[in-house]
Amino acid sequence: MMLGILGGRVYDPRNGLDGQVADIWVKDGRVVAAGEVDRDHAEIVDAAGLVVMPGGVEVHSHLVGAKVNAGRKLRPEDHRGHERARVGDLRSGTGGTVPSTHLSGYLYSEMGYTTVMEAATAPLVARHTHEEIEDMPNLDKGVFITMGNNHFIMQAIRDGRPELARDYVAWLLKATKGYAIKIVNPGGVENWKWGKNVGELDDEVIGYGVTPRQILETLAWVNEELGLPHVPHIHGINLGRSTSARTTAETMKTLKGQRAHYCHLQFLSYGEGPRHIHKGEAAMLAEAVNADPAMTVDVGQIVFGRATTMTSDGPLQHMLHQTAGGRWMNDDVESESGGGIVPIVYKRTNPINATMWRTGLELFLLIDDPWRVFLTTDHPNAGCFTSYPQVIRLLMDSAFRRQMFDGIHVRARRGALLPELEREYTLGEIAVITRAGPARALGLDKKGHLGVGADADVAVYAEQDDKEAMFARPRYVFKDGVLVVRDGAVVAEVPGRTFYVAPPHDPSVESEIRAYFEHAYTVSYENYAVLSGDLAHTEPVACG
Amino acid sequence: MSTVVEHVACSFCGCLCDDIAVEVEGAHIVKVKRACSNGQGIFMDYDPRPRRPLVGGEEVEWDAAVAAAAAILRAADSPLIYGLSSSASEAQRKAVELADRIGAIVDSTSSVCHGPTGLAMQAVGEPTCTLGEVRDRADLLVFWGCNPDQSHLRHFARYSLNAKGAQTPKGRADRTMYAVDVRETGTTKKADHFLQIDPGCDYEVLSTLRLLVQGGEPEGETVGGVAVADLKELVERLKSCRYGLFFMGMGLTMTAARQLNVAELFTLVAELNEYAKCSVIPMRGHGNVTGADQVLTWTSGYPFAVSYARGYPQFSPGEFTAVDMLARRAADAAVIIASDPGAHFPRPAAAHLERIPTIVLDHGPSVTASHATVLFPTAAYGVDAAGTAYRMDNVPIPLSQVIETGRPTDEDILGRLIEAVRT
Repeated sequence: MMLGILGGRVYDPRNGLDGQVADIWVKDGRVVAAGEVDRDHAEIVDAAGLVVMPGGVEVHSHLVGAKVNAGRKLRPEDHRGHERARVGDLRSGTGGTVPSTHLSGYLYSEMGYTTVMEAATAPLVARHTHEEIEDMPNLDKGVFITMGNNHFIMQAIRDGRPELARDYVAWLLKATKGYAIKIVNPGGVENWKWGKNVGELDDEVIGYGVTPRQILETLAWVNEELGLPHVPHIHGINLGRSTSARTTAETMKTLKGQRAHYCHLQFLSYGEGPRHIHKGEAAMLAEAVNADPAMTVDVGQIVFGRATTMTSDGPLQHMLHQTAGGRWMNDDVESESGGGIVPIVYKRTNPINATMWRTGLELFLLIDDPWRVFLTTDHPNAGCFTSYPQVIRLLMDSAFRRQMFDGIHVRARRGALLPELEREYTLGEIAVITRAGPARALGLDKKGHLGVGADADVAVYAEQDDKEAMFARPRYVFKDGVLVVRDGAVVAEVPGRTFYVAPPHDPSVESEIRAYFEHAYTVSYENYAVLSGDLAHTEPVACG
Repeated sequence: MSTVVEHVACSFCGCLCDDIAVEVEGAHIVKVKRACSNGQGIFMDYDPRPRRPLVGGEEVEWDAAVAAAAAILRAADSPLIYGLSSSASEAQRKAVELADRIGAIVDSTSSVCHGPTGLAMQAVGEPTCTLGEVRDRADLLVFWGCNPDQSHLRHFARYSLNAKGAQTPKGRADRTMYAVDVRETGTTKKADHFLQIDPGCDYEVLSTLRLLVQGGEPEGETVGGVAVADLKELVERLKSCRYGLFFMGMGLTMTAARQLNVAELFTLVAELNEYAKCSVIPMRGHGNVTGADQVLTWTSGYPFAVSYARGYPQFSPGEFTAVDMLARRAADAAVIIASDPGAHFPRPAAAHLERIPTIVLDHGPSVTASHATVLFPTAAYGVDAAGTAYRMDNVPIPLSQVIETGRPTDEDILGRLIEAVRT
């Protein structure tokens, strides 16, 4: 199958194209040199005057698995009015803040996205995550595995055996068909099982005598030792608290010079402010990011309206429940992890919500290098991923931004840096923060660009002054060279693949892990691992 | 020559114990180790002989049965797909796909057991945990309106009362157990404290517990037949325990206030977390009824009682629940997967099921199967077919194929029906 997307203005930052007119040739799902395609037998798409970008790459989204599905079940009221009817061979579904699986695939591809990372799965329920993935077409995926409160790892740290932690992590990634190490409130989720939390990097994890700092340092070291394609993906301690900016800066200092990704930084950018309104500390954290080229972040931009908060950070979710009231899910997962869910509405007239909104935008505008700050709403925590076009407009259009800023609560406007920030992202920079940058940080060599050898995931947009309208309705989206979206509507389904890593480990650890299972789990060792044969579409990504 | 298959999961109940050893000779199971008496039956009573499908009681080829079933579905205006709880999630996904493609109503046995639990979760949330947390941490157990001593026979040993864990090295001696029920049962006999409440008074007692947690003082000396002093003692224990655990069953979901009972309990558990850790786990019955909730939720957004009649999912318990669809005579054909509504539904619903054409997928005999218009004798997941099931705490467990019989799976047949109704 051959395809030519001809004459478009191509934004392919990795290959130095910033709107130059170029042709993209595709054969068997890959981008190829022009000479490899027999033009007489290729399907030709006239892209003259259109904007051509690589398919979007999502670096952090809660899209599939136990916690996400509990969020779907929790909120029938959220689905109503957001249904999608069955058309032809496509499936029906329900949307809202946590869409059903098939519709999630359609909605991402209808914005031009083709690769999505599931941000947090507890190992014990990874099998569930992979089952849902098989029902989510049009996207390639990877799964981040939560390890920041894992008993085996904390024991290895306590016993001074970092090599054992390293080999276990390698085993665990293979057993869960995971893609990256995720750290969520290290030590705090374990302490929550005792009704407590951690507040400082040197607080003790109950029963283990280790600290959040030791967990972070060990897993960052393990990540380097195993040569994983992605970096440790960190949701630090104190998320949402007025101590978060301080401990986040301290975390960054602890891992200074080591590769690490700090996710949904907006939620961790607060200091003590007057009258219980946290003070946004975007400037301080942007400075820390600017100073350390080894670091990447995503923002977790607040979008006004309904959201469903869901994280593996059990104590955070309980705090949110105490603050916001209403429904609360908690799920403690044996030996590994936890999590919770609280529905929420972000209002521009609420000073706390509005402060979060402008702090996120300040981070985007104060971090100098677009290759190290990525577009996310920490879906569905700060807003649904379907809001990305609105966020893009806020970044590209300072008049629109100013207009929205003038409508937020007056106390959130006080002390704001946002009115002074005139910067407007260019289309090329949008291509970086939504494609090239995340792909590079994830170590996905065939994603986020359109050079020869890249996967033929391509989004074609008609340029408009209203960038929200532009990015909400691609003219065409191709997944592996197959047309899946036309004029903003999904027209076909292709199965996505699941990227996973399988770094080698010392096989002798398996007997120790097996023995550990006898007392640590209610599932037998033999039934824990997700085998390659259990999954229909997988692709290993090399380590080292 | 026999071989032993180890680490097999038993698909009988929501415990999904996965430490079973099954000894097989060819296609015959000769011995089962570690399973409870219910689990023994899953394996030992299985008839592995090949069977052919039936149409109108007559044996036919598989292709002919698929064609007959497809004809029924094509002719139906309001087909119902029901059951799912003793099948695997792979088949459940196909069942929902079939419903989506033909505009059917799809419902699982959840609607006649823990459906109200799902409604309560939607109303107030649910603080819960996996069974390993119970084993490792729980020093205070409250069993309310459930009787695992009869229904989930290894629950006490593997996960709760007698299990030994990190913080409970002495097992039973490290735990305090309460049972709340309207009558004495095997479970209440094992409890340190049995609170026998008057039938229909669960909501009253639960709301009194909430009042006591908040420091209020109820009127009178008893509530729902229970001494207030005993409720006060329970509240003090709950507020000062290391990790409290409620297990709840159909004594709450299928009596008077139904989902209001359960919502009151879930709210109590949430409020207790201001003082001490506390979680609740619903005692799900059938082996993969939890998976039916999961699969329906990820594909449609809703856990049961889903209609695709309008071309997209709609959720309406009481309307799209199978008993109501049948009793109202609103279904004109039915696909019944691995369940026996003919035996268990109220008479008006079961009677309508006998009037309409039915397509039944089951691995064994049942009342429903005996009335089937088209019967597909499929393989049993966890015996002669592999698949995935979800434990009562939502942990996914692989089911093994321990013997080879060549029977098609529910997934195979539903996949063929999807293809057949397309053309």
